[in-house]
Amino acid sequence: MNTQLLLIQVFNGLVNGAFYALLSLGLAVIFGMLRIVNFMHGALYMLGAFTAFALGQAFGLGFWPSLLLAPLLVGALGMLLERTLLSRLYGLDHSYNLLLTFGLTLLTQDLVKQVMLSRFDVSSAPFTPPAALAGVVNLGFVIFPKYRLFVIALALAVCLITWFVIERTRVGATIRAATENPGVTRAFGINVGRWVTGVFGVGVALAGLAGVLAAPIYSVEPYMGAELIITTFAVVVIGGMGSILGSVVTGFAVGVLSAIGAAFYPPIANTLVFILMAVVLLVRPSGLFGLPEGAR
Amino acid sequence: MRNTTLTALLTVALVTSSAVAQNARLTDNVVKVGVLTDLSGVYSELSGQGSVRAAQMAADDFMRANPSFKGKVQVVGVDHQNKADVASNKAAEMIDRQNVDVLMDLPTSSAALAASEVARQKKIPVMVVTGGTTALTNEKCSKYTFHYAYDNYMLANGTGTAVTKRGGNSWYIMYPNYAFGQDLSRQFASAISENKGKLVTNAEATPFPNTDFSSYLLKAQGLKPKIFGTMQAGADLVNVVKQYNEFGLRQQGIGLGIGLLFETDVAALGQDAFAGALATVPWYWNLDQRARDFAAKFEKAFKKKPTFAQAGVYSATMQYLQAVARARSDNGDAVVKALEGYRFSDFFARNAYIRPQDHRVILDVYTVQVKSRAQSKEPGDIYAKVATIPAARAFQPLSESKCKF
Repeated sequence: MNTQLLLIQVFNGLVNGAFYALLSLGLAVIFGMLRIVNFMHGALYMLGAFTAFALGQAFGLGFWPSLLLAPLLVGALGMLLERTLLSRLYGLDHSYNLLLTFGLTLLTQDLVKQVMLSRFDVSSAPFTPPAALAGVVNLGFVIFPKYRLFVIALALAVCLITWFVIERTRVGATIRAATENPGVTRAFGINVGRWVTGVFGVGVALAGLAGVLAAPIYSVEPYMGAELIITTFAVVVIGGMGSILGSVVTGFAVGVLSAIGAAFYPPIANTLVFILMAVVLLVRPSGLFGLPEGAR
Repeated sequence: MRNTTLTALLTVALVTSSAVAQNARLTDNVVKVGVLTDLSGVYSELSGQGSVRAAQMAADDFMRANPSFKGKVQVVGVDHQNKADVASNKAAEMIDRQNVDVLMDLPTSSAALAASEVARQKKIPVMVVTGGTTALTNEKCSKYTFHYAYDNYMLANGTGTAVTKRGGNSWYIMYPNYAFGQDLSRQFASAISENKGKLVTNAEATPFPNTDFSSYLLKAQGLKPKIFGTMQAGADLVNVVKQYNEFGLRQQGIGLGIGLLFETDVAALGQDAFAGALATVPWYWNLDQRARDFAAKFEKAFKKKPTFAQAGVYSATMQYLQAVARARSDNGDAVVKALEGYRFSDFFARNAYIRPQDHRVILDVYTVQVKSRAQSKEPGDIYAKVATIPAARAFQPLSESKCKF
């Protein structure tokens, strides 16, 4: 095995890992706190990318304002959906919210497809990295796009901040309390419903953010989230459903492993994550960082 | 009494149904063209509804030009979702239930092969326009299948040869791991070696579909070929080219060789991302005045410029209908006979000849170079012609064909 190639692919894998981590982090936050299996996460990721493109086309907004605005818009849409639709399903079986979010996914994809074709006349939207991050940089062992370095750095920072807020701050403590024991929390005069909506919004905004970050790398098209979401669910399962640390660590790890797979034995690149999932589930049914159901 | 009524009814039913069948064989006054295509997936923009519309335009034009033709021409469009099993079921249903007389278009090689097999059993002609695999005129050839427009041999022969001869003599090739990609990659490798070029490493199979190609781009970066060859198509190709630019391979002196390029792919990324890349096409809308005239007419009807797939469907439909007129029948065998060996030249297919031995429709094809935005004179003006490859040299020679009817 060629060590330089190995090193290069480990590094390269962090980029995809960043997307897996951001998406599975959002899923983990939403599942861990609200017990919602959000199948729509991939579509919201796509919506983040599409919103960035549309903002640019309609208002001439560049990458940087979009990077802030698109996740906010996607997050707001998420909160609206949570208030109007998802909140009606709490306490029911998981399959209800799974079906609902799956239906919303199909709806969103077709809607975006229609808008792209009719309003922008493309099936896949052009989007380039911002001028400041265009081009490549020679890192000595590899020539690498600047933009991808930025993606790794930003994703790491966002993951760290999210983890810190939830595990180490008062806000996080309130959220955890509101979801662990809504009755008692309510008795303290805390509006639990509002916190739940907020958490869902943040989780969804993370997907939107990943989407904007992906727009300069992958083609922006209605189904861009469909493939990714399956891998992301596998990441969440491997990391342990609802575990924040698990989703981030596993996200990056899976990215690195599939990059190595793609370089040394391409046919395995897309299956690797499922092999990994099967092995982990055999050894630790609750995932690498997950707590067994009873311990929650 | 009851029995007699039943028998009478049955007899009537049998007589009528056989009469209908009889009629159908002898031109039941309706020639029905079935456009079996991708109406919803990755190839829907380059073929899809546009192909259905093109066939309809050909039908209308044919009726207008042949007022003496006794009968009607109908066009139906059906979605095969790029899946072989769906294509096979739909083809059977169209032929058996809807009395379709010819199948048309068929993007996705595996779907084209599946529909071709059904049509062979039911003795109905198929004109494959958008499917690319050379198996259609080789080991999987059929008396009822005609391969129109382009195929993988012609793409590889055109682009592989042109690029290698211009100095791009060392290649890194990757291909999507399904029938089309495997075939195209093989064809390219042999065209490159015939022109004294080489592959820097064995052609690499990538998953299909796939979005992230960075691992392969990085590998190529290390191997320093002169050309990064991609056999990906449609949405996958868009990702490849986006990342090719992102990784700055062009600046590192690694050129881009594209197996199959459609106008819609260029539109999705902006032509500057593709600028300088060579590709081979059977047609493009501003090839010349005749092509432009058709494009203008199509754009008026469909609000978009035609892709070569859509223009090809028009041409193939027209050739089929004219063969029906020559044969005075829509019987499959009669039309096949009328098509075989026919020579013609229309706005799409120049110096065309329908080879009777393998049903490859040979025609002039063009190696083109994608213009940068600054070079193009009007919207959609994306190709500069580098070479015309005459029909006789563009496609796999008969001597190499593995076809036996």
